[in-house]
Amino acid sequence: MKLKRDAAALNSKLLRRPIQKCFILFLIPTFGAFIIGFIYPFLQGIYLSFCKFITTRNATFIGIDNYKTALTDSTFLHAFWYTALFAIVSLLLINILAFAIAYALTREIKGSNLFRTVFFMPNLIGGIVLGYIWSMIFDGVLSRYNTSILLESKYGFWGLIILMCWQQIGYMMIIYIAGIQSVPEDMIEAARIDGASGWQTLIKVVIPSVMPSITICTFLTLTNSFKLFDQNLALTGGSPFEFKSDGTIIKTTEMLALNIYNTFYGSNTAARGTAQAKAVIFFVLVATISIIQLRATRNKEVQQ
Amino acid sequence: MKKSQKRSLTIIFSIISAVYVLPILIVFMNSFKANTSVKTETFKIPTGDSFVGFANYIKGATFGNYPFLQSVGNSFIITVISVALILVCTSMAAWYIARVGSLFSKIVYYLCIFSMIVPFQMVMFTLARTADDLGLNTPVTIPIIYLGFGAGLAVFMFVGFVKSIPLEIEEAAAIDGCGPIRTFFMVVLPMLKPTLISVGVLEIMWVWNDYLLPYLVLDRTKYMTIPIHIQFLRGSYGAVDLGAIMALITISIIPIIIFYLTCQKHIIKGVAAGAVKG
Repeated sequence: MKLKRDAAALNSKLLRRPIQKCFILFLIPTFGAFIIGFIYPFLQGIYLSFCKFITTRNATFIGIDNYKTALTDSTFLHAFWYTALFAIVSLLLINILAFAIAYALTREIKGSNLFRTVFFMPNLIGGIVLGYIWSMIFDGVLSRYNTSILLESKYGFWGLIILMCWQQIGYMMIIYIAGIQSVPEDMIEAARIDGASGWQTLIKVVIPSVMPSITICTFLTLTNSFKLFDQNLALTGGSPFEFKSDGTIIKTTEMLALNIYNTFYGSNTAARGTAQAKAVIFFVLVATISIIQLRATRNKEVQQ
Repeated sequence: MKKSQKRSLTIIFSIISAVYVLPILIVFMNSFKANTSVKTETFKIPTGDSFVGFANYIKGATFGNYPFLQSVGNSFIITVISVALILVCTSMAAWYIARVGSLFSKIVYYLCIFSMIVPFQMVMFTLARTADDLGLNTPVTIPIIYLGFGAGLAVFMFVGFVKSIPLEIEEAAAIDGCGPIRTFFMVVLPMLKPTLISVGVLEIMWVWNDYLLPYLVLDRTKYMTIPIHIQFLRGSYGAVDLGAIMALITISIIPIIIFYLTCQKHIIKGVAAGAVKG
Protein backbone atom coordinates (compact mmCIF):
# COMPACT_ATOMS: atom_id res chain seq x y z
CA MET A 1 0.00 0.00 0.00
CA LYS A 2 2.72 2.42 0.98
CA LEU A 3 4.84 1.62 -2.08
CA LYS A 4 1.94 2.24 -4.38
CA ARG A 5 1.25 5.61 -2.78
CA ASP A 6 4.87 6.72 -3.07
CA ALA A 7 4.94 5.64 -6.71
CA ALA A 8 1.86 7.71 -7.36
CA ALA A 9 3.46 10.72 -5.72
CA LEU A 10 6.59 10.34 -7.81
CA ASN A 11 4.58 10.09 -10.99
CA SER A 12 2.80 13.28 -10.23
CA LYS A 13 5.56 15.61 -11.42
CA LEU A 14 2.69 17.66 -12.65
CA LEU A 15 2.07 18.61 -9.02
CA ARG A 16 5.46 18.29 -7.43
CA ARG A 17 7.46 20.81 -9.42
CA PRO A 18 5.11 23.78 -9.12
CA ILE A 19 4.62 23.14 -5.40
CA GLN A 20 8.35 22.93 -4.86
CA LYS A 21 8.70 26.35 -6.41
CA CYS A 22 6.43 27.76 -3.69
CA PHE A 23 8.73 26.38 -0.98
CA ILE A 24 9.11 29.75 0.72
CA LEU A 25 5.39 30.34 1.00
CA PHE A 26 4.33 26.85 2.07
CA LEU A 27 7.06 25.44 4.26
CA ILE A 28 9.11 28.34 5.58
CA PRO A 29 6.57 29.98 7.95
CA THR A 30 6.00 26.74 9.86
CA PHE A 31 9.60 25.63 9.66
CA GLY A 32 10.93 29.02 10.77
CA ALA A 33 8.61 29.11 13.78
CA PHE A 34 9.50 25.48 14.47
CA ILE A 35 13.19 26.40 14.67
CA ILE A 36 12.48 29.29 17.03
CA GLY A 37 9.91 27.47 19.14
CA PHE A 38 11.41 24.02 19.26
CA ILE A 39 14.65 23.04 17.51
CA TYR A 40 16.89 25.84 18.77
CA PRO A 41 15.67 25.77 22.41
CA PHE A 42 15.89 21.97 22.38
CA LEU A 43 19.50 21.84 21.16
CA GLN A 44 20.52 24.69 23.40
CA GLY A 45 18.84 22.90 26.29
CA ILE A 46 20.88 19.78 25.71
CA TYR A 47 24.08 21.83 25.51
CA LEU A 48 23.28 23.78 28.67
CA SER A 49 22.70 20.57 30.63
CA PHE A 50 26.49 20.14 30.46
CA CYS A 51 27.16 23.70 31.58
CA LYS A 52 27.17 25.91 34.64
CA PHE A 53 25.01 28.95 33.94
CA ILE A 54 22.70 31.56 35.40
CA THR A 55 21.55 33.08 32.13
CA THR A 56 21.95 31.39 28.75
CA ARG A 57 24.65 33.89 27.74
CA ASN A 58 27.36 33.14 30.29
CA ALA A 59 27.52 29.34 30.28
CA THR A 60 30.73 27.45 31.06
CA PHE A 61 31.14 23.82 30.06
CA ILE A 62 31.55 21.49 33.04
CA GLY A 63 30.84 18.01 31.66
CA ILE A 64 28.45 15.58 33.32
CA ASP A 65 28.57 17.11 36.81
CA ASN A 66 25.00 18.39 36.47
CA TYR A 67 23.72 14.89 35.83
CA LYS A 68 25.59 13.57 38.88
CA THR A 69 24.06 16.29 41.05
CA ALA A 70 20.61 15.69 39.60
CA LEU A 71 20.67 11.94 40.16
CA THR A 72 21.79 12.28 43.77
CA ASP A 73 19.35 15.09 44.54
CA SER A 74 16.97 13.68 47.16
CA THR A 75 14.14 16.05 46.17
CA PHE A 76 14.36 14.85 42.56
CA LEU A 77 14.32 11.18 43.58
CA HIS A 78 11.41 11.82 45.91
CA ALA A 79 9.54 13.54 43.08
CA PHE A 80 10.28 10.61 40.78
CA TRP A 81 8.88 7.94 43.12
CA TYR A 82 5.96 10.14 44.05
CA THR A 83 5.15 10.66 40.37
CA ALA A 84 5.51 6.94 39.62
CA LEU A 85 3.17 6.00 42.46
CA PHE A 86 0.70 8.66 41.38
CA ALA A 87 0.88 7.45 37.77
CA ILE A 88 0.10 3.84 38.68
CA VAL A 89 -2.80 4.65 41.01
CA SER A 90 -4.38 7.14 38.61
CA LEU A 91 -3.82 4.81 35.63
CA LEU A 92 -5.72 1.96 37.31
CA LEU A 93 -8.54 4.10 38.73
CA ILE A 94 -9.15 6.23 35.63
CA ASN A 95 -9.11 3.32 33.20
CA ILE A 96 -11.29 0.98 35.24
CA LEU A 97 -13.88 3.67 35.93
CA ALA A 98 -13.81 5.04 32.37
CA PHE A 99 -14.23 1.57 30.90
CA ALA A 100 -17.09 0.71 33.26
CA ILE A 101 -18.90 3.94 32.39
CA ALA A 102 -18.30 3.47 28.66
CA TYR A 103 -19.55 -0.12 28.82
CA ALA A 104 -22.70 0.90 30.67
CA LEU A 105 -23.39 3.84 28.35
CA THR A 106 -23.21 1.64 25.23
CA ARG A 107 -26.05 -0.55 26.64
CA GLU A 108 -28.63 1.73 24.99
CA ILE A 109 -29.87 3.19 28.25
CA LYS A 110 -32.03 6.29 28.30
CA GLY A 111 -30.17 9.59 28.53
CA SER A 112 -26.76 8.17 27.65
CA ASN A 113 -26.02 11.17 25.40
CA LEU A 114 -26.66 13.56 28.24
CA PHE A 115 -24.45 11.54 30.58
CA ARG A 116 -21.67 11.53 28.00
CA THR A 117 -21.87 15.32 27.72
CA VAL A 118 -21.66 15.71 31.48
CA PHE A 119 -18.73 13.32 31.99
CA PHE A 120 -16.64 14.93 29.26
CA MET A 121 -17.14 18.53 30.35
CA PRO A 122 -14.42 18.83 33.06
CA ASN A 123 -11.87 18.00 30.38
CA LEU A 124 -12.21 21.47 28.90
CA ILE A 125 -11.37 23.33 32.08
CA GLY A 126 -7.69 24.23 32.45
CA GLY A 127 -5.44 22.76 35.13
CA ILE A 128 -4.96 25.96 37.12
CA VAL A 129 -8.69 26.64 37.42
CA LEU A 130 -9.33 22.97 38.24
CA GLY A 131 -6.76 23.07 41.01
CA TYR A 132 -8.36 26.15 42.48
CA ILE A 133 -11.89 24.70 42.34
CA TRP A 134 -10.87 21.49 44.07
CA SER A 135 -8.68 23.11 46.71
CA MET A 136 -11.73 25.15 47.73
CA ILE A 137 -13.90 22.02 47.88
CA PHE A 138 -11.35 19.91 49.78
CA ASP A 139 -10.71 22.70 52.25
CA GLY A 140 -14.44 23.17 52.65
CA VAL A 141 -14.66 19.55 53.80
CA LEU A 142 -11.39 19.36 55.72
CA SER A 143 -11.89 22.62 57.60
CA ARG A 144 -14.63 20.85 59.59
CA TYR A 145 -11.91 18.60 61.00
CA ASN A 146 -9.64 21.60 61.56
CA THR A 147 -7.16 20.62 58.89
CA SER A 148 -6.38 21.50 55.27
CA ILE A 149 -5.19 19.84 52.09
CA LEU A 150 -1.93 21.71 52.53
CA LEU A 151 -1.21 20.12 55.90
CA GLU A 152 -1.10 16.38 55.16
CA SER A 153 0.63 14.80 52.18
CA LYS A 154 -1.88 11.95 51.97
CA TYR A 155 -4.71 14.48 51.48
CA GLY A 156 -2.65 16.10 48.72
CA PHE A 157 -2.08 12.76 47.02
CA TRP A 158 -5.68 11.55 47.07
CA GLY A 159 -6.94 15.04 46.33
CA LEU A 160 -4.92 15.13 43.14
CA ILE A 161 -6.12 11.61 42.27
CA ILE A 162 -9.75 12.70 42.67
CA LEU A 163 -9.09 15.83 40.59
CA MET A 164 -7.46 13.84 37.79
CA CYS A 165 -10.23 11.23 37.80
CA TRP A 166 -12.80 13.98 37.51
CA GLN A 167 -10.93 15.57 34.62
CA GLN A 168 -9.84 12.54 32.65
CA ILE A 169 -12.53 9.87 33.02
CA GLY A 170 -14.67 11.60 30.40
CA TYR A 171 -11.82 11.74 27.89
CA MET A 172 -10.90 8.08 28.28
CA MET A 173 -14.59 7.18 28.23
CA ILE A 174 -14.90 8.70 24.73
CA ILE A 175 -12.04 6.51 23.45
CA TYR A 176 -13.50 3.41 25.10
CA ILE A 177 -16.96 4.10 23.69
CA ALA A 178 -15.49 4.32 20.18
CA GLY A 179 -13.69 1.03 20.79
CA ILE A 180 -16.73 -0.79 22.18
CA GLN A 181 -18.98 0.46 19.37
CA SER A 182 -16.61 -1.00 16.78
CA VAL A 183 -17.02 -4.51 18.22
CA PRO A 184 -19.25 -6.34 15.69
CA GLU A 185 -22.75 -6.88 17.06
CA ASP A 186 -22.94 -10.45 15.66
CA MET A 187 -19.86 -11.45 17.65
CA ILE A 188 -21.66 -10.57 20.88
CA GLU A 189 -24.84 -12.19 19.54
CA ALA A 190 -22.93 -15.42 18.76
CA ALA A 191 -21.46 -15.51 22.26
CA ARG A 192 -24.93 -15.09 23.74
CA ILE A 193 -26.39 -17.90 21.60
CA ASP A 194 -23.55 -20.16 22.72
CA GLY A 195 -24.78 -19.56 26.26
CA ALA A 196 -22.21 -17.06 27.53
CA SER A 197 -23.34 -14.99 30.49
CA GLY A 198 -23.10 -11.21 30.42
CA TRP A 199 -19.90 -11.32 32.48
CA GLN A 200 -18.32 -13.98 30.21
CA THR A 201 -19.18 -11.94 27.10
CA LEU A 202 -17.47 -8.93 28.65
CA ILE A 203 -14.28 -10.76 29.67
CA LYS A 204 -13.93 -13.11 26.70
CA VAL A 205 -15.34 -11.12 23.80
CA VAL A 206 -15.56 -7.37 24.46
CA ILE A 207 -12.30 -6.75 26.35
CA PRO A 208 -10.06 -8.67 23.88
CA SER A 209 -11.63 -6.74 20.99
CA VAL A 210 -11.04 -3.33 22.57
CA MET A 211 -7.40 -4.00 23.43
CA PRO A 212 -6.19 -1.19 21.10
CA SER A 213 -8.31 1.35 23.00
CA ILE A 214 -7.02 -0.04 26.29
CA THR A 215 -3.40 0.39 25.15
CA ILE A 216 -4.02 3.97 23.99
CA CYS A 217 -5.76 4.96 27.21
CA THR A 218 -3.18 3.27 29.42
CA PHE A 219 -0.34 5.19 27.85
CA LEU A 220 -2.28 8.44 27.68
CA THR A 221 -2.99 8.32 31.41
CA LEU A 222 0.62 7.34 32.08
CA THR A 223 2.18 10.20 30.09
CA ASN A 224 -0.43 12.65 31.40
CA SER A 225 0.53 11.78 34.98
CA PHE A 226 4.23 12.06 34.29
CA LYS A 227 3.88 15.44 32.58
CA LEU A 228 1.38 16.78 35.14
CA PHE A 229 2.20 20.34 36.15
CA ASP A 230 -0.67 22.85 36.33
CA GLN A 231 -2.92 20.75 38.56
CA ASN A 232 -0.05 19.89 40.88
CA LEU A 233 0.98 23.54 41.17
CA ALA A 234 -2.53 24.84 41.73
CA LEU A 235 -3.81 22.20 44.15
CA THR A 236 -0.97 21.88 46.68
CA GLY A 237 2.13 23.40 45.06
CA GLY A 238 4.19 20.75 46.88
CA SER A 239 2.91 21.38 50.43
CA PRO A 240 3.44 20.13 53.09
CA PHE A 241 7.22 20.51 53.33
CA GLU A 242 9.45 18.15 55.23
CA PHE A 243 12.67 19.54 56.69
CA LYS A 244 15.55 17.04 56.69
CA SER A 245 18.45 17.18 59.15
CA ASP A 246 20.96 17.89 56.33
CA GLY A 247 19.14 21.07 55.40
CA THR A 248 17.25 19.84 52.34
CA ILE A 249 13.56 20.60 52.10
CA ILE A 250 11.44 17.83 50.60
CA LYS A 251 8.18 19.10 49.16
CA THR A 252 6.16 15.97 49.81
CA THR A 253 3.53 16.39 47.08
CA GLU A 254 5.85 17.76 44.41
CA MET A 255 5.89 15.87 41.12
CA LEU A 256 8.69 15.69 38.52
CA ALA A 257 7.65 18.58 36.30
CA LEU A 258 7.12 20.88 39.27
CA ASN A 259 10.45 19.80 40.78
CA ILE A 260 12.25 20.80 37.57
CA TYR A 261 10.41 24.11 37.50
CA ASN A 262 11.28 24.85 41.14
CA THR A 263 14.94 23.99 40.55
CA PHE A 264 15.07 26.39 37.59
CA TYR A 265 13.27 29.31 39.14
CA GLY A 266 14.01 28.76 42.83
CA SER A 267 16.14 31.12 44.89
CA ASN A 268 19.31 29.12 44.17
CA THR A 269 20.22 30.35 40.68
CA ALA A 270 23.42 28.28 40.69
CA ALA A 271 21.26 25.15 40.37
CA ARG A 272 20.02 26.00 36.87
CA GLY A 273 22.49 23.62 35.23
CA THR A 274 21.18 20.86 37.46
CA ALA A 275 17.63 21.81 36.52
CA GLN A 276 18.43 21.54 32.82
CA ALA A 277 20.04 18.12 33.41
CA LYS A 278 16.90 17.04 35.28
CA ALA A 279 14.85 18.26 32.32
CA VAL A 280 16.90 16.11 29.92
CA ILE A 281 16.44 13.06 32.16
CA PHE A 282 12.73 13.85 32.33
CA PHE A 283 12.59 14.13 28.54
CA VAL A 284 14.30 10.74 28.10
CA LEU A 285 11.83 9.20 30.55
CA VAL A 286 8.72 10.61 28.85
CA ALA A 287 10.08 9.88 25.37
CA THR A 288 10.76 6.25 26.31
CA ILE A 289 7.19 5.79 27.51
CA SER A 290 5.86 7.41 24.31
CA ILE A 291 8.01 5.23 22.05
CA ILE A 292 6.91 2.05 23.81
CA GLN A 293 3.34 3.26 23.35
CA LEU A 294 3.85 3.81 19.63
CA ARG A 295 5.30 0.31 19.25
CA ALA A 296 2.52 -1.27 21.29
CA THR A 297 -0.30 0.40 19.34
CA ARG A 298 1.33 -0.44 15.99
CA ASN A 299 1.68 -4.14 16.95
CA LYS A 300 -1.94 -4.34 18.04
CA GLU A 301 -3.08 -2.88 14.74
CA VAL A 302 -1.11 -5.49 12.78
CA GLN A 303 -2.72 -8.33 14.69
CA GLN A 304 -6.23 -7.23 13.84
CA MET B 1 -30.37 -6.58 29.20
CA LYS B 2 -33.75 -6.41 30.93
CA LYS B 3 -35.83 -3.27 30.94
CA SER B 4 -35.74 -2.99 34.73
CA GLN B 5 -31.96 -3.23 34.68
CA LYS B 6 -31.75 -0.46 32.10
CA ARG B 7 -34.02 1.73 34.14
CA SER B 8 -31.93 1.27 37.28
CA LEU B 9 -28.79 2.09 35.27
CA THR B 10 -30.41 5.32 34.09
CA ILE B 11 -31.22 6.22 37.69
CA ILE B 12 -27.69 5.41 38.90
CA PHE B 13 -26.15 7.49 36.12
CA SER B 14 -28.48 10.40 36.79
CA ILE B 15 -27.18 10.48 40.35
CA ILE B 16 -23.53 10.18 39.28
CA SER B 17 -24.01 12.95 36.69
CA ALA B 18 -25.52 15.21 39.31
CA VAL B 19 -22.50 14.60 41.57
CA TYR B 20 -20.22 15.18 38.59
CA VAL B 21 -21.47 18.70 37.87
CA LEU B 22 -21.55 19.56 41.57
CA PRO B 23 -18.04 21.15 41.71
CA ILE B 24 -19.02 23.63 39.02
CA LEU B 25 -22.32 24.39 40.76
CA ILE B 26 -20.47 24.94 44.05
CA VAL B 27 -18.19 27.50 42.38
CA PHE B 28 -21.20 29.24 40.88
CA MET B 29 -22.98 29.25 44.24
CA ASN B 30 -19.97 30.56 46.12
CA SER B 31 -19.51 33.38 43.66
CA PHE B 32 -22.56 35.00 45.27
CA LYS B 33 -21.33 34.61 48.83
CA ALA B 34 -19.46 36.89 51.19
CA ASN B 35 -15.77 36.13 51.72
CA THR B 36 -16.08 34.54 55.18
CA SER B 37 -18.99 32.29 54.23
CA VAL B 38 -17.03 30.74 51.35
CA LYS B 39 -14.61 29.24 53.83
CA THR B 40 -16.94 28.33 56.65
CA GLU B 41 -20.05 27.14 54.81
CA THR B 42 -18.69 26.13 51.41
CA PHE B 43 -21.56 23.78 50.61
CA LYS B 44 -24.51 25.87 51.76
CA ILE B 45 -26.79 27.78 49.42
CA PRO B 46 -26.23 31.53 49.92
CA THR B 47 -29.02 33.09 52.01
CA GLY B 48 -29.57 36.24 53.99
CA ASP B 49 -26.28 37.54 55.36
CA SER B 50 -24.03 35.42 53.18
CA PHE B 51 -25.72 36.48 49.91
CA VAL B 52 -24.04 39.48 48.31
CA GLY B 53 -25.50 39.40 44.81
CA PHE B 54 -23.22 40.55 42.03
CA ALA B 55 -20.89 42.47 44.34
CA ASN B 56 -18.23 39.76 43.97
CA TYR B 57 -18.28 40.10 40.20
CA ILE B 58 -17.81 43.84 40.33
CA LYS B 59 -15.09 43.53 42.94
CA GLY B 60 -13.36 40.66 41.14
CA ALA B 61 -13.29 42.43 37.81
CA THR B 62 -11.71 45.55 39.23
CA PHE B 63 -9.42 44.64 42.11
CA GLY B 64 -5.66 44.69 41.91
CA ASN B 65 -3.81 46.94 39.54
CA TYR B 66 -4.55 44.66 36.60
CA PRO B 67 -8.22 44.38 35.59
CA PHE B 68 -9.42 40.83 35.05
CA LEU B 69 -11.23 41.71 31.84
CA GLN B 70 -7.90 42.67 30.32
CA SER B 71 -6.65 39.16 31.07
CA VAL B 72 -9.77 37.74 29.44
CA GLY B 73 -9.07 39.93 26.42
CA ASN B 74 -5.46 38.77 26.24
CA SER B 75 -6.53 35.13 26.43
CA PHE B 76 -8.96 35.74 23.55
CA ILE B 77 -6.36 37.53 21.40
CA ILE B 78 -3.69 34.90 21.97
CA THR B 79 -6.04 31.98 21.33
CA VAL B 80 -7.62 33.40 18.17
CA ILE B 81 -4.36 34.50 16.52
CA SER B 82 -2.44 31.37 17.52
CA VAL B 83 -5.09 28.93 16.34
CA ALA B 84 -5.63 30.79 13.04
CA LEU B 85 -1.89 30.91 12.43
CA ILE B 86 -1.42 27.23 13.30
CA LEU B 87 -4.29 26.13 11.04
CA VAL B 88 -3.16 28.11 7.98
CA CYS B 89 0.60 27.58 8.25
CA THR B 90 0.69 23.92 9.27
CA SER B 91 -1.90 22.81 6.72
CA MET B 92 0.19 24.48 3.99
CA ALA B 93 3.36 22.88 5.31
CA ALA B 94 1.64 19.49 5.54
CA TRP B 95 0.45 19.70 1.93
CA TYR B 96 3.97 20.54 0.82
CA ILE B 97 5.43 17.65 2.84
CA ALA B 98 2.87 15.11 1.60
CA ARG B 99 3.02 16.12 -2.06
CA VAL B 100 6.70 16.94 -2.57
CA GLY B 101 8.31 14.09 -0.61
CA SER B 102 11.88 15.42 -0.91
CA LEU B 103 14.54 14.53 1.65
CA PHE B 104 14.20 17.94 3.31
CA SER B 105 10.44 17.68 3.67
CA LYS B 106 10.82 14.19 5.16
CA ILE B 107 13.31 15.50 7.71
CA VAL B 108 10.89 18.28 8.69
CA TYR B 109 8.11 15.71 9.04
CA TYR B 110 10.11 13.42 11.32
CA LEU B 111 11.29 16.37 13.40
CA CYS B 112 7.63 17.33 13.85
CA ILE B 113 6.78 13.82 15.08
CA PHE B 114 9.78 13.94 17.38
CA SER B 115 8.65 17.23 18.88
CA MET B 116 5.38 15.60 19.99
CA ILE B 117 7.17 13.44 22.56
CA VAL B 118 9.25 16.25 24.08
CA PRO B 119 7.81 17.59 27.35
CA PHE B 120 7.67 21.38 27.75
CA GLN B 121 10.04 21.38 30.76
CA MET B 122 12.82 20.27 28.42
CA VAL B 123 12.76 23.52 26.44
CA MET B 124 11.08 26.01 28.78
CA PHE B 125 14.14 27.84 30.07
CA THR B 126 15.85 28.31 26.73
CA LEU B 127 12.56 28.96 24.92
CA ALA B 128 11.63 31.78 27.30
CA ARG B 129 15.04 33.35 26.71
CA THR B 130 14.82 32.98 22.91
CA ALA B 131 11.32 34.46 22.85
CA ASP B 132 12.48 37.39 24.92
CA ASP B 133 15.45 38.08 22.64
CA LEU B 134 13.26 38.04 19.54
CA GLY B 135 10.53 40.22 21.07
CA LEU B 136 7.95 37.43 20.96
CA ASN B 137 6.70 38.34 24.43
CA THR B 138 3.47 40.19 23.66
CA PRO B 139 -0.02 38.72 23.05
CA VAL B 140 0.26 39.60 19.35
CA THR B 141 3.68 37.99 18.80
CA ILE B 142 3.48 34.98 21.14
CA PRO B 143 1.42 33.06 18.52
CA ILE B 144 4.71 32.48 16.65
CA ILE B 145 5.95 30.50 19.65
CA TYR B 146 2.68 28.57 19.72
CA LEU B 147 3.03 27.85 16.01
CA GLY B 148 6.55 26.54 16.56
CA PHE B 149 5.90 24.47 19.65
CA GLY B 150 2.48 23.22 18.51
CA ALA B 151 3.44 22.47 14.91
CA GLY B 152 4.21 18.80 15.58
CA LEU B 153 0.73 17.47 16.26
CA ALA B 154 -0.94 19.71 13.67
CA VAL B 155 1.48 18.82 10.85
CA PHE B 156 1.20 15.15 11.76
CA MET B 157 -2.61 15.15 11.62
CA PHE B 158 -2.75 17.16 8.38
CA VAL B 159 -0.17 15.01 6.59
CA GLY B 160 -2.14 11.89 7.54
CA PHE B 161 -5.28 13.36 5.99
CA VAL B 162 -3.66 14.83 2.85
CA LYS B 163 -2.21 11.41 2.05
CA SER B 164 -5.73 9.98 1.94
CA ILE B 165 -6.90 12.56 -0.67
CA PRO B 166 -6.68 11.15 -4.22
CA LEU B 167 -4.05 12.92 -6.31
CA GLU B 168 -6.30 13.02 -9.38
CA ILE B 169 -8.35 15.92 -8.05
CA GLU B 170 -5.31 18.17 -7.74
CA GLU B 171 -3.91 16.93 -11.04
CA ALA B 172 -7.15 17.86 -12.76
CA ALA B 173 -6.86 21.33 -11.27
CA ALA B 174 -3.25 21.60 -12.46
CA ILE B 175 -4.19 20.52 -15.99
CA ASP B 176 -6.89 23.16 -16.01
CA GLY B 177 -4.13 25.70 -15.38
CA CYS B 178 -4.50 26.18 -11.65
CA GLY B 179 -1.28 27.16 -9.88
CA PRO B 180 -0.23 25.62 -6.56
CA ILE B 181 -1.43 28.54 -4.46
CA ARG B 182 -4.89 28.50 -5.97
CA THR B 183 -4.97 24.71 -5.91
CA PHE B 184 -4.26 24.74 -2.21
CA PHE B 185 -6.75 27.39 -1.20
CA MET B 186 -9.57 26.53 -3.63
CA VAL B 187 -9.26 22.75 -3.90
CA VAL B 188 -7.29 21.23 -1.02
CA LEU B 189 -8.28 23.47 1.90
CA PRO B 190 -12.05 22.85 1.52
CA MET B 191 -11.39 19.11 1.52
CA LEU B 192 -9.36 19.44 4.74
CA LYS B 193 -12.36 20.81 6.66
CA PRO B 194 -12.89 17.85 9.05
CA THR B 195 -9.22 17.85 10.04
CA LEU B 196 -9.20 21.66 10.30
CA ILE B 197 -12.00 21.38 12.85
CA SER B 198 -10.30 18.58 14.80
CA VAL B 199 -6.95 20.35 14.93
CA GLY B 200 -8.68 23.66 15.68
CA VAL B 201 -10.50 22.20 18.67
CA LEU B 202 -7.36 20.60 20.08
CA GLU B 203 -5.34 23.80 19.68
CA ILE B 204 -8.07 26.00 21.16
CA MET B 205 -8.24 23.79 24.25
CA TRP B 206 -4.46 23.82 24.56
CA VAL B 207 -3.79 27.53 24.06
CA TRP B 208 -6.77 28.81 26.08
CA ASN B 209 -5.87 26.72 29.13
CA ASP B 210 -2.09 26.91 28.83
CA TYR B 211 -0.42 28.37 31.89
CA LEU B 212 3.32 27.81 31.93
CA LEU B 213 4.25 28.89 28.40
CA PRO B 214 2.63 32.34 28.51
CA TYR B 215 3.69 32.73 32.15
CA LEU B 216 7.35 32.31 31.21
CA VAL B 217 7.26 34.01 27.82
CA LEU B 218 4.96 37.03 28.23
CA ASP B 219 6.15 40.23 29.84
CA ARG B 220 4.27 39.61 33.10
CA THR B 221 4.13 43.19 34.27
CA LYS B 222 2.16 44.15 31.16
CA TYR B 223 0.25 41.05 30.07
CA MET B 224 -1.62 38.33 31.92
CA THR B 225 -3.96 35.61 30.72
CA ILE B 226 -6.84 34.01 32.63
CA PRO B 227 -4.82 31.09 34.09
CA ILE B 228 -1.93 33.42 34.99
CA HIS B 229 -4.28 35.89 36.62
CA ILE B 230 -6.00 33.22 38.71
CA GLN B 231 -2.72 31.67 39.82
CA PHE B 232 -1.42 35.16 40.62
CA LEU B 233 -4.38 35.87 42.89
CA ARG B 234 -3.95 32.51 44.55
CA GLY B 235 -0.39 33.46 45.43
CA SER B 236 -1.83 36.13 47.70
CA TYR B 237 -4.09 33.58 49.38
CA GLY B 238 -6.02 34.87 52.37
CA ALA B 239 -5.37 38.48 51.45
CA VAL B 240 -7.81 38.17 48.57
CA ASP B 241 -11.58 37.91 48.72
CA LEU B 242 -12.47 34.25 48.07
CA GLY B 243 -15.96 35.10 46.88
CA ALA B 244 -14.51 37.45 44.29
CA ILE B 245 -12.16 34.74 43.07
CA MET B 246 -15.09 32.36 42.69
CA ALA B 247 -16.75 35.04 40.58
CA LEU B 248 -13.65 35.24 38.37
CA ILE B 249 -13.56 31.46 37.98
CA THR B 250 -17.21 31.56 36.97
CA ILE B 251 -16.42 34.24 34.37
CA SER B 252 -13.60 32.13 32.98
CA ILE B 253 -15.64 28.90 32.87
CA ILE B 254 -18.67 30.41 31.10
CA PRO B 255 -16.98 30.83 27.67
CA ILE B 256 -15.72 27.23 27.90
CA ILE B 257 -19.18 25.86 28.66
CA ILE B 258 -20.75 27.88 25.83
CA PHE B 259 -18.04 26.68 23.45
CA TYR B 260 -18.58 23.11 24.58
CA LEU B 261 -22.37 23.10 24.33
CA THR B 262 -22.36 24.69 20.85
CA CYS B 263 -19.60 22.58 19.27
CA GLN B 264 -19.90 19.46 21.40
CA LYS B 265 -19.93 17.01 18.48
CA HIS B 266 -16.80 18.49 16.88
CA ILE B 267 -15.00 18.70 20.20
CA ILE B 268 -15.54 15.05 21.06
CA LYS B 269 -14.58 14.00 17.53
CA GLY B 270 -11.48 16.20 17.50
CA VAL B 271 -10.33 14.96 20.88
CA ALA B 272 -10.78 11.34 19.82
CA ALA B 273 -8.84 12.00 16.58
CA GLY B 274 -6.00 13.60 18.52
CA ALA B 275 -5.83 10.71 20.97
CA VAL B 276 -5.32 8.02 18.35
CA LYS B 277 -2.34 9.86 16.93
CA GLY B 278 0.05 6.91 17.57
